[in-house]
Amino acid sequence: MKKRFTLLLLLIFVPKIDAQEYFPNNESIQHHNTNYTAFTNAKIVVSPTQVVEKGTLLIQNGKVVAVGNNVTIPKNVVVVDLNGQYIYPSFIDLFSSFGIESPKRISRGSDPLYDTRKEGHYWNEHVKPETDAYANFSYNNDKAVDLLKAGFGVVLTHMNDGIAQGTGTLVALNNEDQTHRLLANKLSNHFSFSRSVTSNQAYPSSLMGSMALLRQMYYDMDWYKKGNSNTKDVSLEALIANENLVQIFDANDKLNSLRASKIAKEFGLKYVLKGAGNEYERIAEIKGTTASFIIPINFPEAFDVSNPYQASQLDFADLLAWNQAPTNLKVLSENGVSFALTTDKLKKVDDFRPNLLKAIQYGFDKTKALEALTTVPAAMLGKSNEIGSLKVGSLANFLITSGEIFDKKTIVYENWVQGSKYIMADRATKDIRGEYTLNLNNVTYKWSVKGEQNAPASTLTLSDSTKVNSKLSVTNNWLSLIVKGKDSTALDFNRLTAYLDGNSTISGKAIAFDGKEYNWTATKTADFEKKKDSAEADKNIVVLPVSYPNLAFGNTEKLKQEILLFKNATVWTNEKEGILKETDVLVKNGKIAAIGNGLSDNGAVVIDAKGKHITSGIIDEHSHIAISNGVNESGHNSTAEVTIEDVVNSDDVNIYRELAGGVTTSQLLHGSANPIGGRSAIVKWKWGAAPDEMLYKDQPKFIKFALGENVKQANWGLNNPTRFPQSRMGVEQVFIDYFQRAKEYDASWKAYNSNKKKGKGPRVDLELQTLAEIINKERFISCHSYIQSEILMLMNVAEQFNFNVNTFTHILEGYKVADKMKEHGVGASTFADWWAYKFEVNDAIPYNGPIMHNAGLVVAYNSDDAEMSRRLNQEAAKAVKYGNISEEEAWKFVTLNPAKLLHIDDKVGSIKVGKDADMVLWSDNPLSIYAKAEKTIIEGVIYYDMTKDEAKRAAIVKDRNLIVSQMLDEKNKGMKTQEPKKKQKAEYHCDTLEQ
Amino acid sequence: MTTVNPIHNKTKQNTMNKYSYILSLLFSASMFAQHAPAKKQSQSILILNATAHLGTGQVIPNSAIGFKDGKLTLVADASTIRLADGAYDQTIDATGKHVYPGFIAANSTLGLVEIDAVKSSDDESEVGDMNPNVRSLVAYNAESKVIETVRPNGILMAQITPRGGTISGTSSVVQLDSWNYQDGVVKENDGIHLNFPSIYNSGGWWAEPAGATLNKDYIKEIADIKSFLISTKASQGEANKERNLVFESTKGLFDASQTLFIHADHELQIIDAVKMSKEIGVEKIVIVGGFEAYKCADLLKENGIGVLLRRVHDMPEFDDQDVNLPYKMAKMLTDKGIVVGLENSGDMERMNTRNLPFLAGTCAAYGLDKEQALQLITANTAKILGIESFCGTLETGKDATLFISEGDALDMRTNKLTEAFIQGRKITLENHQSKLNDIYKEKYNQK
Repeated sequence: MKKRFTLLLLLIFVPKIDAQEYFPNNESIQHHNTNYTAFTNAKIVVSPTQVVEKGTLLIQNGKVVAVGNNVTIPKNVVVVDLNGQYIYPSFIDLFSSFGIESPKRISRGSDPLYDTRKEGHYWNEHVKPETDAYANFSYNNDKAVDLLKAGFGVVLTHMNDGIAQGTGTLVALNNEDQTHRLLANKLSNHFSFSRSVTSNQAYPSSLMGSMALLRQMYYDMDWYKKGNSNTKDVSLEALIANENLVQIFDANDKLNSLRASKIAKEFGLKYVLKGAGNEYERIAEIKGTTASFIIPINFPEAFDVSNPYQASQLDFADLLAWNQAPTNLKVLSENGVSFALTTDKLKKVDDFRPNLLKAIQYGFDKTKALEALTTVPAAMLGKSNEIGSLKVGSLANFLITSGEIFDKKTIVYENWVQGSKYIMADRATKDIRGEYTLNLNNVTYKWSVKGEQNAPASTLTLSDSTKVNSKLSVTNNWLSLIVKGKDSTALDFNRLTAYLDGNSTISGKAIAFDGKEYNWTATKTADFEKKKDSAEADKNIVVLPVSYPNLAFGNTEKLKQEILLFKNATVWTNEKEGILKETDVLVKNGKIAAIGNGLSDNGAVVIDAKGKHITSGIIDEHSHIAISNGVNESGHNSTAEVTIEDVVNSDDVNIYRELAGGVTTSQLLHGSANPIGGRSAIVKWKWGAAPDEMLYKDQPKFIKFALGENVKQANWGLNNPTRFPQSRMGVEQVFIDYFQRAKEYDASWKAYNSNKKKGKGPRVDLELQTLAEIINKERFISCHSYIQSEILMLMNVAEQFNFNVNTFTHILEGYKVADKMKEHGVGASTFADWWAYKFEVNDAIPYNGPIMHNAGLVVAYNSDDAEMSRRLNQEAAKAVKYGNISEEEAWKFVTLNPAKLLHIDDKVGSIKVGKDADMVLWSDNPLSIYAKAEKTIIEGVIYYDMTKDEAKRAAIVKDRNLIVSQMLDEKNKGMKTQEPKKKQKAEYHCDTLEQ
Repeated sequence: MTTVNPIHNKTKQNTMNKYSYILSLLFSASMFAQHAPAKKQSQSILILNATAHLGTGQVIPNSAIGFKDGKLTLVADASTIRLADGAYDQTIDATGKHVYPGFIAANSTLGLVEIDAVKSSDDESEVGDMNPNVRSLVAYNAESKVIETVRPNGILMAQITPRGGTISGTSSVVQLDSWNYQDGVVKENDGIHLNFPSIYNSGGWWAEPAGATLNKDYIKEIADIKSFLISTKASQGEANKERNLVFESTKGLFDASQTLFIHADHELQIIDAVKMSKEIGVEKIVIVGGFEAYKCADLLKENGIGVLLRRVHDMPEFDDQDVNLPYKMAKMLTDKGIVVGLENSGDMERMNTRNLPFLAGTCAAYGLDKEQALQLITANTAKILGIESFCGTLETGKDATLFISEGDALDMRTNKLTEAFIQGRKITLENHQSKLNDIYKEKYNQK
């Protein structure tokens, strides 16, 4: 107990030796060390591109005073002769939570909190820009040592929690001197897409919600800045105060980087994006952001694939990632992306150097590596004059190494921060490796010392070539060698010691097993011969090419538009020409160029389609595939501000599967958790393209509404009765209330704009703005609906506000009110035969579509299901089966009719000259269960080809086997491996909710 | 009006004027939840000139199918046989149409749940882990509104199967036109259902699913099942023992009168399941699910184990698998000589039962011969359920459980039933959905 107490006292007292000059000192007398330290005979890397050979580095008071070949050394100096060793500026980590305690996670209560109870702060608890990292900072010696060992001298640390996370602090990892550690507070401002773990507030529950919240936050900030608010908001004030700091965004995924960059562009911001290590998978788009990045290097460990049953469960993309991820830094740097490196995400900081060396082995340039750790992060912070190099005036933060820093063999001896040193290895330890003749007590041995310089290994043999066991260790230039006697069963150990003075003959004292002392000598006979670097073996690393998307069935080359001529097909035109037999279709420049007989084109790829059928591509009005992190923003009952356009996920293999089922266009809808859901994305399934390229250009604006059991949370059990509405009565009130407010909002903006924007402007409200678009007939509603009363209700509400509902989706009781729907002018997108899964679908019938069609409504069949979506042609056939709809009309249920509902029928939905060449070649009548999509084409590009699919599968098998072999090799080499994990995927439906 | 069900009486229906027809429709929709089951076959029936798909693999293009007292009496080529005038009371001219044996829905929960989201309508699983004694049959609602909607697509029989736990309970096979479960049953307590321990445990939570990792208790869980079954087997030998409902319910597993249906998808599960059953001495097992059965097909073949393949309208399990792998599995297993049936458990499985023929159709699109595909839901399923002696194919002596379709019944484009018979009884193809159709078609016609 007493011992611990003195230790504590020491910790408190030691740093006071060099206190700040204006601080009182009651513990000793004022004492300030103004001596210089000169490091001479060093190879000094002043900056990654400036090297001084045999130079001198002069430091004083923790800063560089002089550096170069002609440094005048003052008298009050301590000289350190480095004898040709290297000096590098030490590293900077911009993304750290060093010294900041992890925020306490609030327990996930059973009752969601919808509205904040906090006063004086922003309305959303996940936005907390008022957080000051330094107020939560406490220097952590152990973690500092980890970082020092990895070569870091300075970290920018922040509280990594919430969407707006507050400011960051720059600290030096100075274990000796606490008074100078703080380099700058409030240097950076941090953001992410992730909720705060400290709050239960339900909004946002999804990625698109986080994005909408960020936008609203920036609008509110601007509005507040202009003095419009009547209330005080410390969060917005903090945002305003910190808007000129470095803005760092923790995107943590390649697609999220694109998303963050999109927000930055919208608001004229400049984010430094913290990446994920998978940027190489979308390098063109990453480069296109023109942002600077902070990149982690937590490369995946190989999986232990020794058990084939387990290994077979491994996801192909995970295997690819292991094979390719170490190339990320190379790819980024070759594409001119500016980036810094971080230790973030590493299991342990110790892994930093081996992983970085791995990246270099995979082709990352060494100079770029040093830049990414020194000058680049310094410049990002605007601190190039203080850190990141050894220019005069910089902090004396540097590493002393035995050689080139990114050489595997190099020993990092010391890490100096602000002139205080941290020692990792003894700089003076001699290299004793070589061949010797060793004499001990009149016995002569052949002694061979090999291995690493700081961990030499001994082999001892007698003249008759008998090997004798020996163990060598060298510490602080004291050698210790234990030699076993000849008799392998006896306890006859000899202990040899010697002090290494650098001579080629080593001599010292030996203590024999019997306690007697002798002298021993070892005379060098040959120098150590360095083994050829194993780099040569490493050159055989096979890295698989990146495909787009970088998973199974991705395209390694960008697909091209072709001129295609289909000969003698049965063509389902969906136009007045009907179904044409033995007809040619010419596709050129992505459009349908001609339909007729005997067509020809010199440049065309001719496809014999005799006996086959050509149709326009299938359009799914209701889909939830290829969406990142949440299909429902269930945190509010109205979420018109969120949009699926923000979260299209180009990395979903379901896209390829859609194409294999002949689907070319889908509306990706928000889920049905709220009466007013989010906006839609209408996409073409251009497999391999980036998310934004999949979106229709100038796409019609849509929004999801919902009615019935899902929005009133009827199937949630009895524990969540807090959110309004809980009945169909309340649902109507939500709509009327929101539309009324939107109408007033719109009017106030119109008044402001027509008054030449004089005076205080109204607040931008993204939600009401979206709803106003509906009233202004600029945005269309697709409403999830089941029973007749709610259908009538919504039409009635719409009529009160003088607009029409565009589409009722699901609409399983549409057949009961088809006449009224016709009167209102709304279309229907329904299921062919679903029912009985909820109480509200008890009267759903498979005759619904046909009845509505016969009543004159535009009727589509949709999927709401990733699997059924690829068989929508079969669903269309059910209109023939149950409703005796003609085949020609039934086919329109999944092509032209959904195109009409989505207002894209001017571009797609039929085979007509001038329309987009979005089409499918079928093996059979497309309504038949025996029909298979042989080719699926979008804008003249063949995105799915049945024959190429076979080749792709063969390639997958080959690549998989290659990677598995590489992983087995990794395991055999004794590298660390991890247990195989089976990837789990969330498939979204309307009612998929975050719990 | 309350004593007569006017819908059911075809001749009466036809003579009714339009308004009384509508009236009666409205009444029947509100007052009769469903139709009365058909009466016992009293008149012999001959179906002539249809293309008959026998379920044996054989097709008779121009057939004569006759049945009396509920049993098939004639299955022949119409052009080669001669029938005395009046040999059959009724003749149905089915020229251009197709005749099929009734389809069988294996591993089904029809009648156990009415509406998925309504808990009070759900009787499919019991609490507890080892419930072999729990019997689905007693909870089977023969009057379920869902059942009457599956018959018009040709599904005429089903294996009613409990869910949940490790041993879910005991199933029974029923025909789908009966007053109650006792009248409906065709094979009582046909099998016991075991959900084999899973190899993986899911990690993470919904919004951020982590990778699934190995179920560390897998070996132990198998051992628990094994010791349970060994105990039940041992107890069968004792004569004057204290009655044990759980133990005695498994008797049939050890005398081959009952099948152990092992629900397992993963290759290793299947291998372990087969090993375990052999060690214990379970006479007859079937793999249900069998997503990776194609990987251990030889083992299944050697041991004569059939597979009820899980809903083939499904996604591949892994991103890098053949997009159409589930569609091809039946072909892969059939080619190996395994008896394959189809089952349809999963999301919205009861209402989806009516799409069972199209699961088979898909298997035909992806490799199987159409008649082989038909066997997946007729002869093979009958064999797997142990009811092949009296149903599953059109062969004389078997139950006259069959239907006539205007076209290929495995294709939704042409699956249009005109008549269906269960044990010779001509059943109605109407249901509350077709009634609503009639009512609302009429609603718009009136305008």
